[in-house]
Amino acid sequence: MLKQSKNYIIMNQDDNCATALEDISKDSQIQIRESSIIINHNIPLGHKIALEDIRKGDLVKKYGHTIGFATEDINRGDWIHIHNLTSQYLKEVVKI
Amino acid sequence: MNEEFMGYQRPNGEVGIRNKIAIISSVVCVNHVVQQIASKIKDAVPITHPLGCGQFGPDYSNTLNTLIGLGKNPNVFGAVVVGLGCENISSGLIAKNIKKSKKPVEYFDLQEVKGGSPAAIGKGIILGNRISEEARQMKREPFDFSHIVLGLECGGSDSISGISANPALGIISDRIVKFGGTSILAEFTEWIGTEHLLIKRAIDKSVAEQIHKLLSGFLENLKDLGINFLGVQPTPGNIQGGLTTIEEKSLGSIAKAGKSPIQGLIQYSEEPKGKGLWLMIEPSLDVESMTGLAAAGANIIAMTTGRGSPCGNPVVPVIKLCGNPKTCEWMAENIDVDVSSIIKGENSVEELAEVLWLRMKKALNGEKTQAEKLGFNDIAIWRNTASPFQYMHCK
Repeated sequence: MLKQSKNYIIMNQDDNCATALEDISKDSQIQIRESSIIINHNIPLGHKIALEDIRKGDLVKKYGHTIGFATEDINRGDWIHIHNLTSQYLKEVVKI
Repeated sequence: MNEEFMGYQRPNGEVGIRNKIAIISSVVCVNHVVQQIASKIKDAVPITHPLGCGQFGPDYSNTLNTLIGLGKNPNVFGAVVVGLGCENISSGLIAKNIKKSKKPVEYFDLQEVKGGSPAAIGKGIILGNRISEEARQMKREPFDFSHIVLGLECGGSDSISGISANPALGIISDRIVKFGGTSILAEFTEWIGTEHLLIKRAIDKSVAEQIHKLLSGFLENLKDLGINFLGVQPTPGNIQGGLTTIEEKSLGSIAKAGKSPIQGLIQYSEEPKGKGLWLMIEPSLDVESMTGLAAAGANIIAMTTGRGSPCGNPVVPVIKLCGNPKTCEWMAENIDVDVSSIIKGENSVEELAEVLWLRMKKALNGEKTQAEKLGFNDIAIWRNTASPFQYMHCK
């Protein structure tokens, strides 16, 4: 588990998303991994922020594990949720 | 590793952290009698439920095994089992099986006592008091943590639980396992999407195969019933809270079980066949799950909650930990460990795990949890017989 700063937490060093620990406003900046990220959307508490550019079809990782794949291109600083991420397990493993 | 806790030695070698007298209903018809008896005896708890008669198949076994398991739980010094006299889960059958743990057990049926329920209450109080007097001779002694069986539970979860309380509990679960103890994770519908990770942690191929069969079998059953799991999980509340996929939700849920290897799967209310981390086959209602964990022999349960849950268990102390600052304030009376400083960015998960560890050690040594102080004695038993009544709806 990595140390968190004030308003987000990264659960594992392999993750490409962080979780907001408070409501983070669009256009604000957060310091992550010695660089700053400009937030592109309003991110509510408990929701995810992209730490890097993620291409459509790429895997999104939290807790060091896959939580799904991107259904569209996601930019660094974007809000990640049901509009751009879906279950890889149900779509590709179980094939529901 | 010289840490110890003060517990009660049981005749079969197990160690309790409480010294309860269990007054057990074999059937719903005597619940009132059991409650009255338990209210008059020191350290007695009522174990009541709406079942016990006309049951068949897995429902029958679940009820029987659960009532036996609750009586055998190491936190129970002795038991009085009360039946009505005409039910198919009899007081004698339950008592005979609890007696295998060598603890004092009495049983009787109400229909055999002249004078009906008032006389049965009187008889139960006499039998219970006799056991209670013996129980009072017991003294706590020091034991190492290999005697701990920790039940892992979550209820009223939110998106914060998975990043705060659950991983903190996972650290403690791993510690209990490292100390030679046992930990049990239930609620298998909240493992879906993490099957590949659980399989990797299985101690051998056969355990891996059992995990795969359980989860794929469940999803197949859903398909057969025409239920699309994608529309069921995560729930609308989860999505609002920021959980996007079932993998994400389940990763947060299984974080409670740390990183230890998985020794095997056990049935609902079944005792683990050894030490280490075990998975229990139980769907995911908290009270039903905690009842199964208690019947499997857990001497303590840790429950993470985000939205807030007051539930407890008659024989097992339940420690609540909560990562949501609003809930910690709003429902402070129901929370034992406030881990909300994780999301305030003030403390790490590791630091809060130590706070939980200290609180847990106090509970092991006898300090009551909030659920105990407030008197929560919740019992729910999983019913899983395929219902022959399912096509009998009125049109």
